[in-house]
Amino acid sequence: MDKQRLWLNVGVAATLAVVYFAVDWLIKTGIITPFQQLNLYLIGINIILAVSLNLIVGFTGQLALGHAGFMAVGAYISAVLTTKIGIPFLPATLAGALAAALMGIIIGLPTLRLRGDYLAIATLGFGEIVRGILINIEYVGGAAGLIGIKQYCTWPWLFFWTLITVLFIKNFINSTHGRACIAIREDEIAAEAMGINTTKYKVLAFSIGAFFAGIAGAIYAHYFFLIQPNTFSILKSFDALLLVVFGGLGSLTGSIIAAVFVTLITALLQDLAQLRMVIYAVLLIIIMIFRPQGLLGTKEVTFEVLCKKMGGTTWHCSK
Amino acid sequence: MTEFIQQILNGLSLGSIYALIALGYTMVYGVIQLINFAHGEILMVGAFAAFFAITVWGANIFAAIIIAMIASSLLGVVIERVAYRPLRNSGRLAVLITAIGVSLLLQNGGLMVFGTDFRAFPRVIENTHYKFFNGSITITSYQILIFTVTVVMMLILQYIVQKTKVGKAMRAVSWDKDAAKLMGINVDNIISVTFAIGSAFAAVAGVLLGLYYNTIYPLMGLMPGLKAFVAAVLGGIGLIPGAFAGGFLLGITETMVSGYWSTKWRDPFVFIILILILIIKPSGLLGREEKEKV
Amino acid sequence: MVYKCFGRGRVMNKWAKVVGLLVVLLALGLAAGCGGGGQEEAKDTGDTIKIGVNYELSGEVATFGSHTKDGIMLAFEEINANGGVLGKKIEPIVRDNRGIADEAMSVATKLITEEGIVAHLGAATTGCTLAAVPVCMQYKIPLLTTSATNPDVTVDPKTGETREYIFRTCFIDPPQAIVGADFAYNDLKARKVAIYYDNTNDYSKGLAVEFEKAFEAIGGQVVATEGYGKDDEDFRPTLTNFSKAGADLIYVPGYYQKVAKIISQARELGIKLPFLGADGWDSPELVSIAGAENLNNTYFTNHYSSSDPSERVQNFVKAYKKKYGSVPDSFAALGYDAAYLIVDAIKRAGSAEPEAIKEALAQTKNFEAVTGTLSFDEKHNPVKEIAIIEMVDGKQVLKTKKAPKS
Repeated sequence: MDKQRLWLNVGVAATLAVVYFAVDWLIKTGIITPFQQLNLYLIGINIILAVSLNLIVGFTGQLALGHAGFMAVGAYISAVLTTKIGIPFLPATLAGALAAALMGIIIGLPTLRLRGDYLAIATLGFGEIVRGILINIEYVGGAAGLIGIKQYCTWPWLFFWTLITVLFIKNFINSTHGRACIAIREDEIAAEAMGINTTKYKVLAFSIGAFFAGIAGAIYAHYFFLIQPNTFSILKSFDALLLVVFGGLGSLTGSIIAAVFVTLITALLQDLAQLRMVIYAVLLIIIMIFRPQGLLGTKEVTFEVLCKKMGGTTWHCSK
Repeated sequence: MTEFIQQILNGLSLGSIYALIALGYTMVYGVIQLINFAHGEILMVGAFAAFFAITVWGANIFAAIIIAMIASSLLGVVIERVAYRPLRNSGRLAVLITAIGVSLLLQNGGLMVFGTDFRAFPRVIENTHYKFFNGSITITSYQILIFTVTVVMMLILQYIVQKTKVGKAMRAVSWDKDAAKLMGINVDNIISVTFAIGSAFAAVAGVLLGLYYNTIYPLMGLMPGLKAFVAAVLGGIGLIPGAFAGGFLLGITETMVSGYWSTKWRDPFVFIILILILIIKPSGLLGREEKEKV
Repeated sequence: MVYKCFGRGRVMNKWAKVVGLLVVLLALGLAAGCGGGGQEEAKDTGDTIKIGVNYELSGEVATFGSHTKDGIMLAFEEINANGGVLGKKIEPIVRDNRGIADEAMSVATKLITEEGIVAHLGAATTGCTLAAVPVCMQYKIPLLTTSATNPDVTVDPKTGETREYIFRTCFIDPPQAIVGADFAYNDLKARKVAIYYDNTNDYSKGLAVEFEKAFEAIGGQVVATEGYGKDDEDFRPTLTNFSKAGADLIYVPGYYQKVAKIISQARELGIKLPFLGADGWDSPELVSIAGAENLNNTYFTNHYSSSDPSERVQNFVKAYKKKYGSVPDSFAALGYDAAYLIVDAIKRAGSAEPEAIKEALAQTKNFEAVTGTLSFDEKHNPVKEIAIIEMVDGKQVLKTKKAPKS
């Protein structure tokens, strides 16, 4: 059994390495066009946003509508550090993410005892507060936004952070802490009765989600040259929530697939000019009606499932 | 002192509009626990229906309001049938996303159909100014109209919900859908009626918004809708007097912040107050604290 | 086989249905987009000169973007009807950036690298333009914006150098504010001014700052400054404060939707002071929202006046009215000018190569445009006269034209 696990991990690592070097090569040789490359970054950012929000909404069961707020904190802190103070990209990203996580704790501690829609509206309020404050700070450009950010984020960074996010959250979910979070989602009172410190775990999940939203913000800032408070409006939070619900609440691979799918759809529809948002909305409604549990529900696509689907009889599927 | 009174009066009219929108929000929420994000867009469609009724057919304001209410009610019922009903037994988040989708569809469809311009809403009613205390306090007839309509609408809604048979059925559905069904209530119909009434309220709010601010625009429902939702939560969502109280509180707070401090900080300040109120009283101002049953 | 393995055949069937629907919808959408979207996109690429049109066609600022686009499309239609340029037709490729910066960058990237445009028009707002600027700089494609007024668009704020490929057809904030202040002080004899600007909009904010500077420099006094948000609908509290502060003129450098409400609410409160504004006021809707009577004693600085008797302006107004059924605002006029300017540059360069277009654009001298006679200064900003318009019983009347004294 352990040996199988080991081989599986080696297989996963090898696949990832192949993907990394293949994309790297394709970018360098120009086979991936600049437009495709831009969408690659959007996919990465969306994966990080979706997976981190899924931890809060899908696994811990706390409806949060302020993800854009955390993203904004990460984006602004990291961008100020790199452009105004001259700190390198990596520490700036980490600082931005930590600030977002701290914000998560500060906001989470008092509000996470709210339930359901009251939590949703409180976090929505938080996102709007962040945006409103940023508009009023001249140091970061006010409503016009912070301009002149260098494009520090390259493919290795994007790959690295996306991978770290997914791996970290996957391992967190499979750990004792993650189980505690899922227990809270299933039944908060029962979880408490079992001796789980619900506040602690809710705040923990919230701040981890915020941390990675901050990372997504930092990547966004250092790829798109400029950040504006209005970029991080409630619509951005909705976008992230949409990915999570669309992929399936409580399915990490679902979030990833949704992030890829939705980004590609958006890019494809771009040629339609005004009509595209209408079509996007119609698609969204239709998909939700036909697939309310999301693409994958709570299931995950893993190597085992893939093998089974192929109808294969390879050794680790035979049981 | 007179300035303070003037600000209060301005806040009351702004609050009336929030309250009127919040009534529809809270009603739909009370019955099926759905945050109907498309409510603001239903309002927009109502405003446009009235606009076309007046400018194209030459209807008077009362006919226009009736037409707007009918248009919005139909839209609300259709949205519920097509987009929300198939998801009634799915998770609440799925419906929430669908609601966001409907809202996006109506906004962008509105931009395509009605165009991207701000249109001037015809001034069908004379806006008279009543001055008090040597002109230091002004009340306009629009302000009086908006306030009166909101109060009357709330009373009507309260009457419908508390005193009529339909209202009783609504409360039953809100309490327990399955039990209501067992009692012989046609749950589907009741939910349709709820949407129809809520949407009609939105239409009235839309027409009043158009009158009060002179303009209508395909995205006009976005911000008032969000603010009204905040107002509904503030007062205790699902409660009709709560929507009323929340709307006025929000309106007065906003005008006070812009009048005595700065407009720039109005939105952050309002949301900070919202969070503080929720922390102190998690179920809203008028909401009753419910003990969770094990 | 597969279904059995999962034990959920029904779901898979449903899933297939969704995919089918998706495909149908996409096909429908694409067909509608190409056929009825109103974009004349010739598939043949050899005989046309492709120009990218990257504008805000949906979202909160859709009204600016779509008016500019209308002006641009009218110009290209006229040009193509007259045989195009260098024997080729112009092929405008219109894309919507939704008023979101990253979308604007994505659109610019796609237009340049996949569609092969030779010049980029857009965007209307500073934020979206600034997002497209690095892309155009990287691929060396000339960008001509029509209404992004922030100085940083054409000049790199870090190095102070002019961006080689970036140009604009609108004047920037300082000259407009200087002319406004000059007019307020010398023509309207205002001495104490209150400023009310859109706090969420950098254009409005920039004008407010520059106006204050200019007005105080010539000896006036600013007695109150306040900002409003883009979602504000009730301006009565602030207006009440202004009249208490003893202002004899209120400067409102915002967009017409809010300005109209500000003025009508002020008149409602009995405030009869003159209002002065900027090009954001220019829209027929200003009158219908605020009411003709309320607008008496209000003035604004503008790129052009549709009541300007010059033949060029009147021909443009007539053609625009015929095609779109409304009087063109500044956005439309600036878009119209930008389209002609690009074509003029191609003609002068004798080539549709981006590099040659850029060189020709930079040397633009006395280009006769609807919005005035235009030359570029060394910062790629246009040098032209500014029109001051008075509202008289709901009609725009050209009061005077002034050159900025800086």
